Amino acid sequence: MSGATRSPLSIVVHLSVLLLVALWTLPTAGLLISSLRDKDQLAVSGWWTALSTSTQNLVQRAASPESQVEKDGKFVIFGNLLEGQKGSVSAFGYSSREPAAFAPGQTAKLNDGEQLTVRADGSYEIVSDTRMEGTRGQRIFFTAAVPPRFTLDNYREVLSAEGIAASFVNSLTVAIPSTIIPILVAAFCAYALAWMRFPGRAILIAVVVGLLVVPLQMSLIPLLKLYNGVGAFLGVPAKTYVGIWLAHMGFGLPLAIYLLRNYMAGLPREIMESARVDGASDFDIFVKIVLPLSFPALASFAIFQFLWTWNDLLVAIVFLGTGQEQLVLTGRLVNLLGSRGGNWEILTASAFITIIVPLIVFFALQRYLVRGLLAGSVKGG
Amino acid sequence: MTGLVLKDIRKSFGAVDVIHGIDLDIKQGEFIVFVGPSGCGKSTLLRMIAGLEEITGGDLLIDGERVNDVPPSQRGIAMVFQSYALYPHMTVYENMAFGMRIARESRQEIDRRVRAAAETLQLTKYLDRLPKALSGGQRQRVAIGRAICRNPKVFLFDEPLSNLDAALRVATRIEIARLAERMADTTMIYVTHDQVEAMTLADRIVVLSAGHIEQVGAPLELYEHPDNLFVARFLGSPAMNVIPASVTATGATTTVELKGGATATLAIATAPGEAGKSASFGVRPEDLRITTDGDFLFEGTVSIVEALGEVTLLYIEGLVEGEPIIAKIPGIQPVARGESVRFTAERSKLHLFDDSGKSYRAR
Amino acid sequence: MPQLLFAIVTMMAGVLACAFYFLASNWLLDRIFPSQGLSGPKASRNLRISSAIRPWLFMLPALLALAVYLVYPVFESVRLSLHDRSGRDFVGLSNFFWMFGDGEFRQSIFNNCLWLLVVPAVSTFLGLVIAALTDRIWWGNIAKTLIFTPMAISFVGAAVIWKFVYDYRAEGSEQIGILNALVTYFGGAPEAWITLPFWNNFFLMVILIWIQTGFAMVILSAALRGIPEETLEAAVIDGASGLQIFFKIMVPQIRGTIAVVWTNITILVLKVFDIVLAMTNGQWQTQVLANLMFDWMFRGGGDFGRGAAIAVVIMVLVVPIMIWNIRNATRETGGH
Repeated sequence: MSGATRSPLSIVVHLSVLLLVALWTLPTAGLLISSLRDKDQLAVSGWWTALSTSTQNLVQRAASPESQVEKDGKFVIFGNLLEGQKGSVSAFGYSSREPAAFAPGQTAKLNDGEQLTVRADGSYEIVSDTRMEGTRGQRIFFTAAVPPRFTLDNYREVLSAEGIAASFVNSLTVAIPSTIIPILVAAFCAYALAWMRFPGRAILIAVVVGLLVVPLQMSLIPLLKLYNGVGAFLGVPAKTYVGIWLAHMGFGLPLAIYLLRNYMAGLPREIMESARVDGASDFDIFVKIVLPLSFPALASFAIFQFLWTWNDLLVAIVFLGTGQEQLVLTGRLVNLLGSRGGNWEILTASAFITIIVPLIVFFALQRYLVRGLLAGSVKGG
Repeated sequence: MTGLVLKDIRKSFGAVDVIHGIDLDIKQGEFIVFVGPSGCGKSTLLRMIAGLEEITGGDLLIDGERVNDVPPSQRGIAMVFQSYALYPHMTVYENMAFGMRIARESRQEIDRRVRAAAETLQLTKYLDRLPKALSGGQRQRVAIGRAICRNPKVFLFDEPLSNLDAALRVATRIEIARLAERMADTTMIYVTHDQVEAMTLADRIVVLSAGHIEQVGAPLELYEHPDNLFVARFLGSPAMNVIPASVTATGATTTVELKGGATATLAIATAPGEAGKSASFGVRPEDLRITTDGDFLFEGTVSIVEALGEVTLLYIEGLVEGEPIIAKIPGIQPVARGESVRFTAERSKLHLFDDSGKSYRAR
Repeated sequence: MPQLLFAIVTMMAGVLACAFYFLASNWLLDRIFPSQGLSGPKASRNLRISSAIRPWLFMLPALLALAVYLVYPVFESVRLSLHDRSGRDFVGLSNFFWMFGDGEFRQSIFNNCLWLLVVPAVSTFLGLVIAALTDRIWWGNIAKTLIFTPMAISFVGAAVIWKFVYDYRAEGSEQIGILNALVTYFGGAPEAWITLPFWNNFFLMVILIWIQTGFAMVILSAALRGIPEETLEAAVIDGASGLQIFFKIMVPQIRGTIAVVWTNITILVLKVFDIVLAMTNGQWQTQVLANLMFDWMFRGGGDFGRGAAIAVVIMVLVVPIMIWNIRNATRETGGH
C-alpha cells in the first residue's frame, strides 16, 4: 500500500486528514486559549487573535486632582494610562464625541484651560496654571494597541467565586466510589456467567445484553419514587451520595458484566482445569487466577465508568439534586450557562476545569479504553 | 496395589453418546497410551479419569476405590495439558507451588519439592521467570514439573508434545521416557494421535475409535498382530495395503484370490466354513519386496516413484479402486514410472480379515 | 474535603463488604455442605448441591442491583404511564392520547427522527473515512488520538465548547465565535445559529457527531486492520482502483462492524439529553424526547404519568435494537 509516497493522491490524503484534525481540535483549543486570556481581550476579539496585538478603544480616568503637585509654579497631575503594561497609544481625546482627536505627543487644550498631553507610552500629564478642583479625575479617551495578555485570573475567579471548587469535590465524591464498587460485584457475576455451569445461564447472558441498551430515562421516575419512599421510611433524605453511588452501580453493571464476561470467557479453559486439578475451588480460581488475569478488562471498565460518572448530568441532578451544595461540575456548568451566558471568561475556565480530569484519564489510559471499546460493543454477525 | 480400573465407563453429551462402555485394567507403574483418530473420545476419556468431565455411567476405581464423584484434586492425579496451561501471572516457582499452597502444605515442604522437581528438569535457573519469558520446551518442562510436585499416583498427559516443533518433540519425548523410568511406581496415561509417540513410549497401547476400544496391547504386538482392520490401518506409515479378496481354500494355511486375479497363501489357519466368503487381504508396504520370480503376489504398473533416500515408495494404481497400493523398498531403487513390477512378501507377514474387519488370526 | 474522605471511607467499606459477602457466603456453603475429607455418596451429594448453589451466590449482588435499577423500573414505568400525575389513579391510555395530540411531543418525535437519520450516518461515515485515511499516513495515530479525544469530554462540556463556536455578536461588532467570524470574513452576515428554527437542530447534532466520530473511527479502524491483506492484494492484481478496493472489497468485509457502530450510536441518540438541555433547553423548536421527558418529570411539581409515558416511547424505540443485539450475542455464545 505504500508504494508511491509522494503521489498527488497522498498529498490529498495528508491535507484532508489535516483538515479533519483541525476541525476536531480547534473548538477545544479555542476554549483552552480563551480561558487563559484577559477577560477584556476575550470579550472583544476572537481567540485566534490571541497572539496578535489588539487595538482597543479605551477610556480611563486620570488621577484625581488631589494628587496634583506644584512644579515651577504650575500644577501638574501625571500618571500612565496603560498602568505599567506594555502597549502603545495611537490616539487620544477628552470627549466621547472625538475620542481620537489627537496624536500622541500632541497637547490638547481642555475646556477649563488645563492642558493634556499623552505620549505613545501611555504616560500623561495635565498641566494647569491654577490649582485644580474636584475629586474626580479627568476622563481620557484613547486608542491603544495592547499586546496579548495571558493570565490565570479566570481560573482564580471561578475556583473562588463560582462554586467550581466545591463542585469539583462533589464530582470526585460521586465518581470514585461509583467506579470502584461495581467492579467486584460485576467480576463475580461475570465469572459465574463465563465459567460455571448452571441452568438458565444462557438466558441470564441474554438478559444482560438486553439491559445494556435500556434507556436511563426508563429508570428515573420509578427510582425517584423508590428513593423517596425509602428515604421517608428510614427518615433520611432521599438524595444522598449513597443513593447515587448505588444508582451508578446499577446502571453500569450491564456493561461491566458483559465486558468482563466476554474477556473471562476468552481465557484458556485449560488454565482453569489445571487449577482445578491443583485443588483450587471456584472461589480460589476466581481470586487467584481469573481476577489477576482479567486486569486489562477491569481497567477498561473502570475507565469507562469513571468517564461516564464524571461526565454524567442526568443521574446527578435527579438523584443528588440541584442545590448549591450538591451540584456536580456538569450541573454547575449548565447553571452557569444560564446565569452567566455572556461571561465567556467564566464559562471557558469552568468548562476547562470540568473536562480536564477526563482528558488526563483519557490520555494516560487510552490503550485500555480502546481495548474496552472494541470488546464492549455487541459484535455483529 | 495402586492401579486404575475402568468398568463399563460411559459418557454422553445430552443425547449423543461419545464413550460407549470402556473396560480397562491398568496396573501400577504402567505407561498406557490412548491413541486414535481425532474425535475418537481419547481426550474425553482422559478428562473423565482426571475428574474434569463427569462420568455418565460405569465405575472408575483408583487404588480400588470408586472415585467417580471425587473432585480432581483428591484423586491423586496430576495432569499435563496440551497448551501447558501455565498460570501466566505467576513465576515458574509459583506455578509449581500453587497446588501445594492450596493444600496448605508447609513452606519448607513446598520449597523442597519445587526445588527437587526443578532440579530433575533443569529448571532451577528459571524459577523466578514468568512463563512468557520461557521457550516452548521450557514451558513444557514447567508443566511437567508442576505435575511432579503433586506426587501423583497417576500422571495424565493430554497430547503434551503437539505444540512443539519436530526437533524439540523428539527431545521431550525422550525426556518423558526417562521420567517414566525414574518414577517407576507412578502410573502414566498419555493421550496422543501420533503413533510414533505411542510406539516409543507405551508399555501398552489402547487404540480407540468412535468411543470403543479397538485393541489393547504392547506396541509391537499391535503392529504385528492387529486384531482388526482398523488397528491394522491405523498403526504403521504408510498404512497397510488392503485388497479385497475371497477365500478359496481353508485349512492349516489359507488361500485367497485377490481382486485382480492374483492368489496368495497365508500362514493362517481357517475353518472349512470360511471357504467362498469375501475377506480383506492386508500387507504392509514395508513387507513388500520386488521379485523377478514367477512366484509373485501381484504385478502392477508403477504410477509414482517417491525416492526418499533411505527408502523408495512405489505407488501402484489400478489394482484397488481409488487407492494406490504402496510398496516401501529399502534404499534407492532403479524403478521408473510406467514400469511393470512384480511384488512378493513373506507368508507370515500377510494379514487376512473377515468381512466384518476382524483378523482371522485373532479368531 | 471531609466529604471526599467520607466518600473514600464508604467506598472502602463498600468494597470490603462485597469481599466479605463473597468470602463468608462461600465459606458458609462449604460448611453446610462439606465435601472435603468426606467420601462416598454423601460427599458427592454435597458436592452436587454446593456446586448448584455457588453460581447464584456469585451472582446475587449483581442480579439484585440489576433487578432494582433496571428491570423493576421498566415494568414500573409502564405501569406509571397508565396512571395520573401522582401515580395513584388509573387513567388508561389517556397519557398516550394526550401525548400524540401535543405539539411539543410531535416536535420532539420529528427532531428525534432527524437526529436518528443524521447522527449515526454521518458519524459512521466520517469514522470510516478517517479510519481508512489515517491508516495510510505516518502520523495517523496522532491524528486518531486527536479525533478520538472528544469522547472523553462530557456532553455539557462539549456544549460549552460549541456554544462558544456558535457565539453571535450583532452585525458590525467583532465576532468572537469562530463560525460567525468565518462567515463575516467571507462577506456573509452573522447569525445566531442556535435560534434558527429547523437548522439549529443540525448545529446541535454537530456536537454529538463531533463526540461520536472518534468512537466509530476506533472500532472501524480495528475492523479494517482485521481484513486479510491477501484479499486487498488480490484486488490490486485484479486491477481494482483505490476507491473500488475500499467500497467493493473492504467495506463489505466489515459490514457487521459498521452495523454495530451504527446501532450503538443510534441508542445514544435516542437518549440524547444533556446537549439539548445545555444548548437550548428545547427552545427554538429543538426539543427531543429525552429532554421532554425530563421536563415533565419536574414540570409543575412533576407529572410522573406523562413523564413515564414519554420514557415508554423511548423504550419502545430501543426494543428492536435490543432484540437484534440479543440475537447476535446468543449466536456468538451459542456454542459455549
